[in-house]
Amino acid sequence: MSNFSTATSIAHNVASGAQSAASVVEEHLQRISQREEEVHAFNLVTSAEARERAADLDARIARGENVGPLAGVPIALKDNMCTRGIPTTCSSKILEGWKPPYNATVVDKLFAADAVFVGKTNLDEFAMGSSTENSAFGPTRNPLDTSRVPGGSSGGSAAAVAAGFAAVSLGSDTGGSIRQPAALCGVVGVKPTYGLVSRYGLVAFASSLDQIGPFSHSVADAALLTEVIAGHDPMDSTSIPKPAPSLVSVLGRGVEGMRIGRVADLPEGADADVLARLDAAFIALEKAGATIVDVKLPSLSYALTAYYLIAPAEASSNLARYDGVRYGNRVAANDMNNMYADTRAAGFGDEVKRRIMLGTYALSAGYYDAYYGKALKVRRLISNDFAAAYANADVILTPTSPTVAFPFGAKTDDPLTMYLCDIFTIPTNLAGHPAMSVPFGTGQANMPVGVQILAPTLGEEAMFKVAAVLESAA
Amino acid sequence: MIDNGLPEGWELVVGLEVHVELATKTKLFSGSPNRFGDEPNTNIDPVTLGLPGALPVLNQHAVELAMRIGLALNCTVKPSTFHRKNYFYPDLSKAYQITQYDEPLNVDGFLMLPGGVRIGVERAHMEEDTGKSTHFGGAGGRIHGSDYSLIDFNRAGVPLVEIVSHPDVRTAEQARQYVNELRAILVAVGASDAKMEEGSMRCDANVSVRKYGAELGTRCEIKNVNSVRSLGKAIEYEARRQIDVLETGGTIRQETRHWDETDGRTHTLRAKVDANDYRYFLEPDLVMLAPDAEWVERVRAALPVLPAARRTNLAILTGAEEDSEAIAVVVERGQDTYIEEVKNSGGDAGRALVWVQQSFAEEGNTPRLPAKDLAALTVLERDGKLTATQAKTVLGDMLEAGGGDPAAIAASKGFEALDTSVIEGFVDEGIAAQPDAWAKYCAGEEKAMGALVGTIMKLSKGKADGKVVTAILQQRRNG
Repeated sequence: MSNFSTATSIAHNVASGAQSAASVVEEHLQRISQREEEVHAFNLVTSAEARERAADLDARIARGENVGPLAGVPIALKDNMCTRGIPTTCSSKILEGWKPPYNATVVDKLFAADAVFVGKTNLDEFAMGSSTENSAFGPTRNPLDTSRVPGGSSGGSAAAVAAGFAAVSLGSDTGGSIRQPAALCGVVGVKPTYGLVSRYGLVAFASSLDQIGPFSHSVADAALLTEVIAGHDPMDSTSIPKPAPSLVSVLGRGVEGMRIGRVADLPEGADADVLARLDAAFIALEKAGATIVDVKLPSLSYALTAYYLIAPAEASSNLARYDGVRYGNRVAANDMNNMYADTRAAGFGDEVKRRIMLGTYALSAGYYDAYYGKALKVRRLISNDFAAAYANADVILTPTSPTVAFPFGAKTDDPLTMYLCDIFTIPTNLAGHPAMSVPFGTGQANMPVGVQILAPTLGEEAMFKVAAVLESAA
Repeated sequence: MIDNGLPEGWELVVGLEVHVELATKTKLFSGSPNRFGDEPNTNIDPVTLGLPGALPVLNQHAVELAMRIGLALNCTVKPSTFHRKNYFYPDLSKAYQITQYDEPLNVDGFLMLPGGVRIGVERAHMEEDTGKSTHFGGAGGRIHGSDYSLIDFNRAGVPLVEIVSHPDVRTAEQARQYVNELRAILVAVGASDAKMEEGSMRCDANVSVRKYGAELGTRCEIKNVNSVRSLGKAIEYEARRQIDVLETGGTIRQETRHWDETDGRTHTLRAKVDANDYRYFLEPDLVMLAPDAEWVERVRAALPVLPAARRTNLAILTGAEEDSEAIAVVVERGQDTYIEEVKNSGGDAGRALVWVQQSFAEEGNTPRLPAKDLAALTVLERDGKLTATQAKTVLGDMLEAGGGDPAAIAASKGFEALDTSVIEGFVDEGIAAQPDAWAKYCAGEEKAMGALVGTIMKLSKGKADGKVVTAILQQRRNG
């Protein structure tokens, strides 16, 4: 764990009056002013709003009012979550300058919990990428080594926490976009069960896979933030109609008697330093009283292929609305079709265009069955494999990322190499399951390595128990 | 063989696709009002405008209305899903329409035409409407070549049900009957106001022709039909066009054709080969719509008596022919229950039917005139106390005043009830004045009666009841 204050301690101190929200905010804004130019975690820093909110909170505390569970906690939001009156760009030129007239459900929940919002973080354009190099506004750098990428697509949110710009942040995870940057930046990252956190106001990439989740320095912070943002939302039809789970309370319970799955047929590709840390994690859990069991997930090797049909297919439809007609940038042309074409040609970057083409093709008449239809079948197979595995294991451990953070440009020439970054994270999204990455030591170049904990639907309790044990053993 | 108005040997085959706007308070996937005629772009919200991050939430009342339609059309309600139909157009805010595709809510129903012909209903599925574009400048009101276009998103997201018939329609008249009957059902179940002129009901026709006994011909889809009358004309025109093509050795191209009201023809809109690839796929922002059996049965139980059954009931009540215009008109206006009330108040249902059909066109389904007052009028008429002409005058006064005692009104107008004995006297005088006509009538020449009745009515200064006069004349000849 880093030396920065945790959200848990900040909220405690601010609520008890031991520390003012204003001083917490200044401390974080100070770090932003020192390092943001170098790191570029943010598309927008909302200093004025943060100071105003902190002052208001301090005044309420002085009046003896009750405050929320995130009182005074500086938080950064990935710039694909709608914030009323504040630009939301998805790091795309096509949405540059657009101000949503409404807040995402998670934003309202954070405000209700008295969090202090410090800015909107950089991402791969429309969350498509694994290094944040695909941002239209320039890449984010890994705060631990600025010659390296922070991972992606929520690279800005991961870097903001790792650099101490915010105590916690929110990202979105469609195929690993929270967990992989968390691993590469040495912080905790959680992708909750699909439907646990409302997607209302999250700009869609691939609707059946997208899920919002937290970045934090500690497992306890991640549990706290998950509790705050989870719960049924009538504005999201895919939201699970259940109250938010209680997670902070399970953290000290240990893993005695738990069954930890080791994937016997894990797809190849992980570096030796990463696998070494995974082995160490199994040993640590065994020491803590868990049993290691072998599980098989034979369809896992098809997950990446299925994902790169399903996600682009949904994206091709989700991103069709950026047509220049109602909002965002428009390139004027002599007729309707040219306006569409010129607007989208100028507004989208290469990776977004690549995935729109791929997805459009996969859904086209004559190709649907061979591509999209087959990918849906693979998705079902993966769910079935997981169901069988979870009959014998409570959680499964894998690497989060096959490598530690890599240097800029290392994977930009060949999109397929970049796609392989998500080989261990993607299956979870296809199954709709929760998973999280916990920092567990370092590998090459002294860069952090993350271990990924996978759990079945609504298995967050077991997942967090394991995470807490790994955290203390790291 | 059915008379379809086409040249000998040709059979007409038509399937109809009818879109209706549901009469919900709010839109299909958002809380904006579903209201026609408001200022443009006032009934909008993030979902309607397809803003980034907005998500659809299904309107449960729309589902209920859609089920009413399905159940009224004898469909089975099934677990169903929503798909995205992807295409670019400025008034389609998300660049996809959410619609039911291969798993619609209602399937396998039918509709009985008033003449007893059964038209199969393949499906009745839910979908959202688009916004409305208006193009300025250029030719033909199309976006291509226009100077600019304005879009009103008030209609975007309005709930629609599309009712797709089997190609069971065989004449233009059946097509008209189908749409009229469907409209009557939609209004009766409260699902839609179904006004073609306001666009809350829109009808496309798939038309083909074939020689009797041959395979189905290639069909053309006719759009832009804005009234039931135009529907008939468009189908007739299109059938003759296709026959002309086929009889001169040509072939029919599958295409969408546009009905032009001004020249009375259909014109090619787009050929099948130019059709969009809509890239349908399951809408990931919605979950399966599977109304449970309890809900379906609750909706079914709450359905009102449908127009066909009401026509039968009214025919029995009034003694009129079931397929008569009076029955059709009165049931369509929803005034059949009023006639029942007249009957229950001791009135004559047959006479009430005549008066309601003739004089209640502006009254709606709850006429202002108390049923007991109309009942009293029909009794006076039945008992020969008032002639039809007098009754009509009295009814006019009653409608104007919103009620009244018909006997008192008749008395105030000097409509003395003529006793049969007095009428007998006028009959005597009439026969005496027209001996030739009487002789002819007695010899069996029915036409001669007209002259006799006319003379007798004149002698009574119109106060005698024509029916009573006729009865006396018949009695005297036969007796």
